[in-house]
Amino acid sequence: MSLGEGEYLVVRGGALALALSSKGNMNMGRRGYVLRKVAGSLLTIFIVLLINFFLFRVIPGDPAKAGLKDPRVRPEMIEAQRIRFGLDKPVINCFKGQMVFEASLCAVNPFDTQLFIYIGNLFKGDLGISYDQKRPVADILRERIGNTVILLLGAELFAIILGSLLGLVAGWKRKTRLDTSALIFSLTAWSLPTFWLGILMFMLGSSAFGLPVNGMRTTGLTYANFGEELADVARHWLLPSLTYAIVLLGQYMIVMRASVLEVLSEDYILTAKAKGLTNFQILKDHALKNAMLPMVTLVLLNLGFTVSGAVELERVFSWPGVGLAIVEAVARKDYPVLQGAFLVVTISVIFANLLMDLLYTYLDPRVKAE
Amino acid sequence: MNRFSRWRGGFKNFWRAFRHNRLGLLGLIMLAAAIVIAVFAPLIAPTDPYARVRVKVEDIYAPPSAAHPFGTDDAGKDVLSAFIYGSRVSLIVGFAASLISLFVGGAVGLIAGFYGGRLGNFLMRINDIFLVIPFLPLAIVLVALLGQSLINIILVIGLLGWSSTARLVRSQVLSVKERQFVTRARAIGAGNLHIIWHHILPLVLPLLLANTVLIISLSILAESSLAFLGLGDPTVISWGSMLNFAFTRSAMSAGAWWALVLPGLGIVWVVLACTLLGNVLEEIFNPRLKAHHLSSTDKMVAIPNEIQPAPSGK
Repeated sequence: MSLGEGEYLVVRGGALALALSSKGNMNMGRRGYVLRKVAGSLLTIFIVLLINFFLFRVIPGDPAKAGLKDPRVRPEMIEAQRIRFGLDKPVINCFKGQMVFEASLCAVNPFDTQLFIYIGNLFKGDLGISYDQKRPVADILRERIGNTVILLLGAELFAIILGSLLGLVAGWKRKTRLDTSALIFSLTAWSLPTFWLGILMFMLGSSAFGLPVNGMRTTGLTYANFGEELADVARHWLLPSLTYAIVLLGQYMIVMRASVLEVLSEDYILTAKAKGLTNFQILKDHALKNAMLPMVTLVLLNLGFTVSGAVELERVFSWPGVGLAIVEAVARKDYPVLQGAFLVVTISVIFANLLMDLLYTYLDPRVKAE
Repeated sequence: MNRFSRWRGGFKNFWRAFRHNRLGLLGLIMLAAAIVIAVFAPLIAPTDPYARVRVKVEDIYAPPSAAHPFGTDDAGKDVLSAFIYGSRVSLIVGFAASLISLFVGGAVGLIAGFYGGRLGNFLMRINDIFLVIPFLPLAIVLVALLGQSLINIILVIGLLGWSSTARLVRSQVLSVKERQFVTRARAIGAGNLHIIWHHILPLVLPLLLANTVLIISLSILAESSLAFLGLGDPTVISWGSMLNFAFTRSAMSAGAWWALVLPGLGIVWVVLACTLLGNVLEEIFNPRLKAHHLSSTDKMVAIPNEIQPAPSGK
């Protein structure tokens, strides 16, 4: 699926473009490449910070009142709330609240504005205080993020191994009945809304196999030792991660198949065949290695969309991860949590992308030229 | 040969390749069926799901019967009728949002690829940012903050989904603009707009179309995900919102599988149709996918030295 300059693959979630423009990389050498990628990521993080800050400042309604559920509260209470959440300060110089220009505010110390306090607090690991739970957002998210990682890790491992093997075979046996049925399976899995498959697995798993479908631990259960707790969590973990593995499997298989097709059309495969190698040898030594490269990049690049699916599944299975935190925060208009969770998820994905780019310099020999 | 007959010839060639592709035809028929159902929803649906009705307790989650072949939902309404009407929202959002992605992505890709330079770099930098930010969390934040209207949902999905299109178009334009016929056109004095319109666009358009069909399926999935998470337009019935109501109002513990299965199947049907169609279009339009050195069954045999024709002159 090479399109001119870089490799390009469309995968669920809008869009996954493997923009591996090797032309530029080769000219610059590894150090320049790494520096450019790191700088790019930092710039992206900075822009995400700005989006995250201003998006939540232009919403209609008084954020100070959003934290108070009772409409009869006294004005002093609202004022206290405003000071508590730092909303008494101008957003940036000259602007307050709803972004209306006020000349009198231009004299304010620029570092005493909401934007700078926000960014300064972020560096201290302070993401604000939850309107709903009245405790630091950072604490809430710290409890949640590990749970999301556990959910994703199992699903990914299963999907990567099976997806690349099935994709390899399907690409090799192109246009046979095997390929067609593999393709139909993966396209169907790809077309399944993740949350709907979750609902089906929820019904099947709870009624036919008696698996727990709610949360991460059995409520009210106390554990005698760590092993018991692990077993209980594993039982809760099985259904959501299995569901996700099926969805991801379809995607990885499609990509692997496309990648194998691409590799098999290369001249070195023809050469290998001419040398008299068996199909198995060609697949194992020539095709698999080269076709795996887009797969490796896919898994990390795909993380942005993988996270999207995790949000849906955490909702279905009440899995207490970051995704569920986002959904709950929307329902409760808990903007600090929504803001914090969005930031944490986005920055994790940016780092995963950077990691992929750096890893790529080791995996693709073409990038090494200095 | 004038422009019209050239287009028609291109279409004939395309149809010849497409006709023999069973998966592609299947996708086309599935999509056409969904469109027919959406357009003629008021004629097909047994009842109007938007009408106010008086509901008795025993009507809630009533199992399939003669009156309600697919049972009733949490509000005691006919699931089949809601399902038929729900196809409208999914298709409208899917088509409208991908149209936005098509135009924004196409324009950005064309400008970045054709003009390049500082503007091109700047556009691709923005594109990179859009590619990296996880789609659903940002869409949730935006819809939650902007308000849950159908227009907002279409805008959010469309304006977040153009980055892959832009990349595709840019790389295509980059490779096309170096071809000889572009250089020749420029040599005889063709302007930039003429070259884009007459030489570059016709070559980029087919793949752009294939990409857009794929984007439709992604947009429909995005809409259903948002609606399932409670961020759909509350005034319209969509497959995602049907699932949201059934899920949050304990259809699962009530054992009302009929309220959960049909809307999901509808999403799968339409998304699968677009995916099949898009993949086949891409396969036809992208010549790089055609070569395949292991698909021929001929054995290649190395010829040993002994039986090679002896050098002449002996």
